[in-house]
Amino acid sequence: MRDAKVGFWGSFLPVLTVVLAILCFWYIGAVALNTAWAQDKAKRAGTELSATQLVADTWSQDKPKLPAPHQVAIEIWKTTAEKKITSKRSLIYHAWITFSSTMLGFVLGTALGIALAVGIVFNRTMDMSVMPWVIASQTIPILAIAPMIIVVLNAVGVSGLLPKAIISMYLSFFPVVVGMVKGLRSPSIMQLDQMRTWNASPSQTFWRLRFPSSMPYLFTSLKIAMAASLVGAIVGELPTGAVAGLGARLLAGSYYGQTIQIWSALIMAAALAAALVGIIGFLQRITLRRMGLT
Amino acid sequence: MNSATVISAQNLDLTFQTNDGPVHALKDVSLDVQQGDFVSFIGPSGCGKTTFLRVMADLEQPTGGTITVNGTSPKEARKARAYGYVFQAAGLYPWRTIGGNIRLPLEIMGYDKPDMAERVARVLELVELGGFENKYPWQLSGGMQQRASIARALAFDADLLLMDEPFGALDEIVRDHLNEQLLHLWDRTGKTIAFVTHSIPEAVYLSTRIVVMSPRPGRITDVIDSPLPKERPLDIRDTPEFLEVAHRVREGLRAGHGDA
Repeated sequence: MRDAKVGFWGSFLPVLTVVLAILCFWYIGAVALNTAWAQDKAKRAGTELSATQLVADTWSQDKPKLPAPHQVAIEIWKTTAEKKITSKRSLIYHAWITFSSTMLGFVLGTALGIALAVGIVFNRTMDMSVMPWVIASQTIPILAIAPMIIVVLNAVGVSGLLPKAIISMYLSFFPVVVGMVKGLRSPSIMQLDQMRTWNASPSQTFWRLRFPSSMPYLFTSLKIAMAASLVGAIVGELPTGAVAGLGARLLAGSYYGQTIQIWSALIMAAALAAALVGIIGFLQRITLRRMGLT
Repeated sequence: MNSATVISAQNLDLTFQTNDGPVHALKDVSLDVQQGDFVSFIGPSGCGKTTFLRVMADLEQPTGGTITVNGTSPKEARKARAYGYVFQAAGLYPWRTIGGNIRLPLEIMGYDKPDMAERVARVLELVELGGFENKYPWQLSGGMQQRASIARALAFDADLLLMDEPFGALDEIVRDHLNEQLLHLWDRTGKTIAFVTHSIPEAVYLSTRIVVMSPRPGRITDVIDSPLPKERPLDIRDTPEFLEVAHRVREGLRAGHGDA
């Protein structure tokens, strides 16, 4: 019991310290950045602000340069707990839109990544020809081609979830290809020789040796792919005039100077990313422990 | 070559092309192994003993000479699953149980389920690992893991067992015990065994024939037919006959080194 307690405080205290430090700097930053506007308002009203009044004002403006943490927290509470999920003003509704295209893009990207990796490992021509293109694809800024993808797909009649998911896929297949090529090649020469002595077919070698051996690499790649996929979905919502999704919330917020709305969408996106990556980390621990690979 | 000849090598050559120029791993190697033989290959590193074993297993291709395994080419023998190969490391899959690991080659070869279960139980008994079928490799000691890997090589119907320093990574006491077990196993199964080692006592204790090899180029310098009886308790290693054979092996190794 005592050990468990020490373990809990041992991991909890450092995290708490960091969180408190961040909140502290955040409040100080809010004062520093919002003072000018507070003074401006006071001047026009012909009044003088005391130090306490000034701080109170910088932490409660409608459109602050940097909203204070509690303003963001209240905004998140109002747009999640106090709104119906189906409402266009519900942050959960927008998070759901982004989540669904993230997941679709993640699944497509993972499938494409694994397929390419299998091709690269088993086919010498693909090994020589595909990898440079895979790397080149990631050197193009996603912001530059995201609108092209949306426009082109719209022109051929594809709209809605899929174009955004394609952008997610474009970002998320890359870590899967790189990780899986390494993973599928991770069996030792001895293990491959052993398969040869049993006259195993390439597909038997794949399913019984190469694929299970690649699991640690796959899960590590999936974590990166998931985060990249979320970025892709948000980027896909930005330049396209999308009306729903966390990206659309960010964009609308910046049009109307609603900094509190922007920050609450950002926090929501970060929480979503943490949750999704956390789920994969959980699956990774369970799978690898069951496979005896940890 | 009569019907009881399992391996027949004639003037075998194998040259590896490396960045430092050609390496003669095998030069003019000729040897016949009869059915039921326990043949050990002994020599210093680079003498080609492992390469020779790998040629038998079709894991390396000779650059000259001829070799047959069961009267066919090594490739056909491999495709007919004519041999079991035991590597230096046990190479068990951590995600499979001991039973699952032994089933692995059987699954690949397409044995049916009841047959697999029967074979797994039989070979586990043979290497004295009965009751460990559902344990995972990490739950076993190094010596037990190597026994499981021998069981895996015995599980399918191959009359030939190729073993590449299978006990090289184990300590002396475990090694003695496994040597004794291996002899019993050989006696009970009547398999032909080709065994690579760099331990003189191990080679003399186990073998009916000892092939002494020397490096640069890898070649056979002596073939010794053991005068020891088939029944060999561990203390046979203190008898004059044993020491005499060991002495001859040592002489062979020294001679090979001297003229290199």
